[in-house]
Amino acid sequence: MLLQAHQLKKSFQSVDGPVPVLRGIDLSVDAGETLALTGESGSGKSTLLHILGGLDVVDSGTISLEGHDITGLDDTGRAALRRDTFGIIFQQFNLIPSLTVAANIAFQARLAGKASTDGLAHLADALGLTEQLNKYPEQLSGGQQQRVAIARALAVRPKLVLADEPTGNLDEDTAEQVLAQMLDLVADTGAALVMVTHSPTLANRMGRRLHLRQGQLA
Amino acid sequence: MTAAGFHALWSHWRRNPLQLFTLVAGLALATALWSGVQAVNAEARASYGAAAATLGEGQFDQLLPAQSDTIAQADYIALRRAGWQVGPVVDGRLDADGTQIRILGIDPLTAPNGFDAVGEGQPVDLVDFLSKPTVFANADTADLLKGLGVRVIEDAGVASGMAITDVSVAQDVLSLPGQLSRLVIANQQPLGVPPLADVVPNLTRVAAQSGTDVARLTDSFHLNLTAFGLLSFAVGIFIVHGTIGLAFEQRRSMVRTLRALGMPLRRVMVLMGVELIVLALIGGGVGVVMGYLIAAALLPDVAATLKGLYGADVSGTLQLRPSWWISGLLISVAGTGVAAIGSLMQVARMPLLASARPQAWLTASSARRILHVAISGLLLAVAVALGVWGKGLVLGFVMLGALLIGAALALPLILDVALRLGQARARHVIWEWFWADTRQQLPGLSLALMALLLAMAANVGVSTMVSSFRLTFVGFLDQRLASELYVTAQTPAQSEALQAFLKPQVRVILPVLSVQTDLAGLPTDLYGARIDSTHRDNWAFLEARSDAWDSVDTGRGIIINEQLARRAGLWVGDDVSLGGSRILPVVGIYGDYGNPIGQAIVQEDLFNALHPNQIPTRFGLRTDTPDSVRKALIDDFGLPEANIIDQAGIKAFSLSIFERTFTVTGALNVLTLAVAGFAIFMSLLTLASMRVPQLAPAWALGLTRRKLGQLELTRAAILAVLTATAAIPLGLALAWVLLAVVNVEAFGWKLPMYVFPAAYAKLCGFALLAAIVAALWPALRLARTPPTDLLKVFANER
Repeated sequence: MLLQAHQLKKSFQSVDGPVPVLRGIDLSVDAGETLALTGESGSGKSTLLHILGGLDVVDSGTISLEGHDITGLDDTGRAALRRDTFGIIFQQFNLIPSLTVAANIAFQARLAGKASTDGLAHLADALGLTEQLNKYPEQLSGGQQQRVAIARALAVRPKLVLADEPTGNLDEDTAEQVLAQMLDLVADTGAALVMVTHSPTLANRMGRRLHLRQGQLA
Repeated sequence: MTAAGFHALWSHWRRNPLQLFTLVAGLALATALWSGVQAVNAEARASYGAAAATLGEGQFDQLLPAQSDTIAQADYIALRRAGWQVGPVVDGRLDADGTQIRILGIDPLTAPNGFDAVGEGQPVDLVDFLSKPTVFANADTADLLKGLGVRVIEDAGVASGMAITDVSVAQDVLSLPGQLSRLVIANQQPLGVPPLADVVPNLTRVAAQSGTDVARLTDSFHLNLTAFGLLSFAVGIFIVHGTIGLAFEQRRSMVRTLRALGMPLRRVMVLMGVELIVLALIGGGVGVVMGYLIAAALLPDVAATLKGLYGADVSGTLQLRPSWWISGLLISVAGTGVAAIGSLMQVARMPLLASARPQAWLTASSARRILHVAISGLLLAVAVALGVWGKGLVLGFVMLGALLIGAALALPLILDVALRLGQARARHVIWEWFWADTRQQLPGLSLALMALLLAMAANVGVSTMVSSFRLTFVGFLDQRLASELYVTAQTPAQSEALQAFLKPQVRVILPVLSVQTDLAGLPTDLYGARIDSTHRDNWAFLEARSDAWDSVDTGRGIIINEQLARRAGLWVGDDVSLGGSRILPVVGIYGDYGNPIGQAIVQEDLFNALHPNQIPTRFGLRTDTPDSVRKALIDDFGLPEANIIDQAGIKAFSLSIFERTFTVTGALNVLTLAVAGFAIFMSLLTLASMRVPQLAPAWALGLTRRKLGQLELTRAAILAVLTATAAIPLGLALAWVLLAVVNVEAFGWKLPMYVFPAAYAKLCGFALLAAIVAALWPALRLARTPPTDLLKVFANER
């Protein structure tokens, strides 16, 4: 078992009082597994992904990674986890606009001290980015930018890739291509993948699918 | 991890070189103006400090000859034998290749200060010094003394134009064998020494000028310079604040990504802090060098001003001292810290999952606006309170600071109200859009406009002060230099013969009798005046009894200058003791601009009764034929031409001194306005690229790019005019503080304030021109924005 979550609960404050977003989620992810998280807007799927990736914290419940409890990690501990163990792909790409494509791809791997020139070249080649390496993000199309984000996430050779609607900003054809490339590369690296998506078609291409409704697994 | 993080942060500047340039240039300009002024101040202080210390002036009582120019060396010997601790001084001027050099001879064994002023901190070998004729002078002066036949030792601590040597060498060089200029009296004297009057009845004791020494006088001048340096620094820091705010805002998403990818917040903060310190040091370093150049350019004027106004000698050369580097770099880092602290705290508090707000810099939150208005109101209230109840120079400057910063913070609100009015009155759709768009742009331009406001207010304030000073001073010269000619007898013995010669040739002879004394416990120049219609017709009192001149003329009253009135708390009707049982009421108080110490005037006969040994050697002459009187004095009486000064000459000389006084502040004004213009230019340039999303819809709906460019220029002009309109009352308030508060505290007199509408209109014209020039390039860039860039705004992928 790579990751196990038990009774995760999370609320956000509003003017009318706390609004529960996660109401006791139990979840496990095996090494190399691909898992789709689907649900309506506001069902809590992005919040769940953020919590699993150490971007946010739970109100209650536990999360363990390879048997180690990571729920109580402080900011520095969670930062180390994101840097060394996870690869995170955002819907808005979140590339660094002032760095070239090559520097963006290498960035997280350099933070983690895992950068390898060969590995980066292989990723760029596999994602069709070789010609774009010296360009800046603003010079790329949306599909190309998301490929850079995927390459960045995989360059660190993560155990778990967390993707938050990675094709949400792309047209249908581009989304299909990007997803295919992402799945191939994730399979190559042996990482597990948890992907949040609205699309039932994309979700069906994953090994397993979980549906959230009002903060609970349906 | 650190290298990767730093690389990412630094890449922002690489991709935004204009922003980097603005930041470094802002820091450099701010530091340059600050360190330049400090450099001038430090150099001037070091230079005349050495002279003052050597002379002993202002620190020790002195003995001066009562009736001749010199003291016989025998008098000095008599005093020493009687037990008096006095030191001889020979003071004279030597012509060296057309340059006048002041030769100061002292006796290192008996001078109260010894040789502290020379030797550059190292003890001087007295045996060597006394056995070989030696002169100390700085490098410039030393060159001129080479032909003197004595050993010349270069000493940077000696003031320019001065040479310090032993008494015997000075007597020799100045051809004054056996004669001394004065004797300096040590503060501590043995018990039981006989009274001075018994030993040297022919010498007059002059009290130490403790309240009026050179350092204290020039301090007020330096304080003015420092205040303007600080104001200029504040204008520069506005630029830095704006640039840092923008850069941090643009990097919010980068910071979020860095943290999402695993860089701890603490590390991000440390890296950003280090990055800012590095930039501050670079900007500060450039600024110190620029400051040195500014100081080098200003120093001749500062030197002339100090010498003209206070008689303080300042070297015309500048040394790049290590302390400037350190203070310049420190002020740059501190200024950056002040400018960045808010942005850094925002980053520190920013939640990891906060959505990026790239336009937040342009849309200041209403909460922040309310905070600024509240702070502004508080500062303006503090300024008013200090104006009513504050006392002292420091509080005067605190009031100045509160007034300026409070007004600057209120500016966006004032402009917003004005723009709302414009919007409400707009009848055409383009103008409705224009006013609304200008309001939206206001937060992004606020800092630059605040900088312009401060620079213009400083300009209005200082020009009002200078012009008011000038008007008052010219009136004062007309009053005080009413006589057509002023003549000086060569010796006291010649005085009577001169008066007898002049009597049939002029209408009135007005002797100038004066002595330094103490009135109400303060050092004062007491004058004896032959009261005449010259006084009654030309003198204007600040406050006086209606029969003031009659009272003085009959020896029943005394008139005093404003400085003495303020320092001693003496006003019309108060009694003043003139020594012994002689007590006179103050019957009038007159303005005495430019004079550092107290002054009082009594009738001539009364003066002679009080100081029977004083013989007048200077006379004012009222005549209708000044040219023929001058000719007769030279040809028939044999008076040297140098001893005759005509009124026009004195006025021209006095005015020239005065005009130089404010050359430095004038130069700083121009520089500050230029910095503000630069701030507007950089803000508009930065905004131009960020405003494409706002302008694209207007373009899509039918406004041409050319029209958009024209509207940008119009916008800059309107904002500049509105800012200038706010700057004029602020500048007048600044002038009032300078004239009625700071001037009184620093110089001891209050100046009437005049307003100069034509000068302010000219200044508005300059500000308008600066704003239009600053807006020209951004407007041109906008007018040439490729349609593809405008279309991208509507593309989904962006």
